[in-house]
Formats: sequence, C-alpha cells, structure tokens
Amino acid sequence: MSRENPDQLSVPPDGKPYHQQPQWRNDFPIDWPQDELVARRDFTKFLVLTSFAFVVGQVWIAFENFARKRRGRPPIRMIAKLAAIPAGGSVTFAYPDAHDDCVLIRTAADRFVAYSQKCTHLSCAVTPQIEKNCLYCPCHHGFFDLATGVPTGGPPRRPLPRITLEIRDGAIYATGVEVRA
Amino acid sequence: MSVPAQFEFFVDPNRCIGCQSCVAACSECDTHKGTSMIHLQTVNRPISVQTVPVVCMHCDSPTCAEVCPADAIKRTEDGVVQTARKPRCIACNNCVLACPFGVPKMEVEYSLMMKCDMCYDRTSVGSKPMCASVCPSGALYFGTREEIERARPRSAAINSFRFGNQIITTKVNMMVPRDSATQHIDVTAAMHDEAVNPTGMLENVFDEM
Repeated sequence: MSRENPDQLSVPPDGKPYHQQPQWRNDFPIDWPQDELVARRDFTKFLVLTSFAFVVGQVWIAFENFARKRRGRPPIRMIAKLAAIPAGGSVTFAYPDAHDDCVLIRTAADRFVAYSQKCTHLSCAVTPQIEKNCLYCPCHHGFFDLATGVPTGGPPRRPLPRITLEIRDGAIYATGVEVRA
Repeated sequence: MSVPAQFEFFVDPNRCIGCQSCVAACSECDTHKGTSMIHLQTVNRPISVQTVPVVCMHCDSPTCAEVCPADAIKRTEDGVVQTARKPRCIACNNCVLACPFGVPKMEVEYSLMMKCDMCYDRTSVGSKPMCASVCPSGALYFGTREEIERARPRSAAINSFRFGNQIITTKVNMMVPRDSATQHIDVTAAMHDEAVNPTGMLENVFDEM
C-alpha cells in the first residue's frame, strides 16, 4: 500500500503529510479506497458460510449415492442383430440412458466387447481402433486396451465402464454397466 | 459512481423557517426509511424562533472517523463521510460524542451509527439530496457555486470552522454575510455570546403577556 497515495484525501488532524504519520494511520485509513482490512466478522462469516456450503455438498453427495442405489439395475436392451455387425466392426448405442453413449465392438467372430464411450479423463468420445487393438481418445491422446478397457497411455487413469453383454437368439443385448475403479 | 465535483452543499441557517420539511423528506429516503438523519435545532428557544438545520458537514479530517475504534466510518473518494459500516460498527457512541457538529446518531435498534451521508444513493447518480430538494426557503441548497453566488449576492460561502485551537474544514459550506470579514466560524466562542435580539420584537410580545 503506497503511503503518498493521491486518493488519500482525508487530512490528519495535525495536518502533517502521511509519511510523517504513525503507522496505525496507514493501517486504518479513513478513506474508502485505501481500506483493505478484512474485519474479523467478515472473515468469520466467510468461514461459516463456506463450511456450510461444504456440508450441503456432502449431504447432496450422500443423497445422490442413495438415489443411485435405489435406481437398481439398468434394463436389458437389444443392441443389434449379430448379422448386422461384421467381425472387426463396431456399432454405437446409448445405454442405459439416451445420453450414455457406448460402443460395441466385434473383435472376432465370437468375441464381443462393449464400453462406455466417455473417456475417463474428460468425457470425450473414445473411438475403437481395432487394427491397433485399442480405444483411442482424440482429445488428449488417451489409449485404452480393447480387450479389457484399462488405460494404456495418455492422461486417463481409470478403466472405461464395461457394458455386460448377452447373446440371445441371434441378437446381442446389453444387460448392465460395470463401473470399475 | 460518485458525487459530481461541481455540485456543493450550502447551508444558510438565516433562511431556515423551521418547517420540518427536510426532516420529513430525510425520513422518506429509501436507505433509512422512517428515520431522519437531519437535525433541526432550535436556537435559544425562550426568546427566538430561529431554527438551524444540521446536516453532516463532511469534514476533511472527520473527527467521527478519527475516534472510531472499530475502523467503521469511511470517507469515499468524493469526500462524503458515510454511515458506519454495519459489519464493523460496535455501537460504542464515540463518534456521537466526538462530532463537533453533533451529527451522528446511534440507532440502538440496529446497533449502528447512522448519519447524514448527503443522500449518497441520490447524489452519486446526479440527483439532489432529499432535504435540499424540498427546502422551501433555500436554507439547504445543493448546486453549483455559480448558482448560489448569483442567487445570494449578499452572502458568501465559508467552509472553515474553529473549535478552540482546532480548525475544521468541511465539504459542506455555510452561508455568512458577504461583508463580514469572517475567516472561520468560531463555534465555541459563539456559544458564550450574549443572546442577540436586535429587533426586540419578541420581548414586547412577552411584555404584553
């Protein structure tokens, strides 16, 4: 804080310039623009309100966890007919909700894997690269193993949620989401 | 936003007719509705009907802020001394006792010192203060110095007050007769003056009673 501030318009009673004034006069200025002190009450109010906000956040998280458990298992839903997917091909689908994009990959004639398409780093859409045996996130060059969904390179640290699959009567069904830590 | 520099406040107690308009207008202000920040003082009531409106003079060295132990009274960059800041004011009454003009009021209900802030909500956006906009006799005037000199050719504005050895200069001006050679208004000396009653009119009234 500069002492000879042009904004300092209040004159001390003895009329002397500010650099000759005691330190407390600079610490507790009368002029509003120089006033930078955070009062103890203001600070206490900030602490109380901030910690209250954290408490509300914890309650909200607990409520969300409870609601998620209550929701139960997602429904079983058909993704595609087996004949529609060639070996080495893939289809995208939404499961369990319309906004949860997933990708189903037929890695071999009898092998299917399906993962959530949201990269575990920042939720970009991952794309399967079957010839390289990986899923690739273009946003930050993240790589996931095609067979297991675990990250093999780039920023992501958690594996992709796996969609459990079931084959019935020549069609492939999604039966659940397996979120792994 | 700040009060435009060309607008100044002029108090002319000679013109005050004691109508209480300023008091009523002040208590209409939205920032302190129902409570008037202006003091309409009587002067030597037994022999005179003279009244004096007292608004905050907005000292260059505000004594109220000097004595505030809680650092609650602040002066904005346009020179207006504001009401105590609510989070800091401890309702200690130091400012009420210290102000040489007797302006600050302790609002016990809110534990807050409140005072005339020249209607900061109005003057900072270019309007006139409540009291000056209603005063019918021009005892309270808010405008430019040219306007007041044109309207009151026999008065001069003075903003220097003497209390013992202390001289206080203020943002608000007091009108004094132009031909008087007054440098400061010597408040403490005037307190001990003999009551002046040049016309003797009221003395006759009392004689008849």
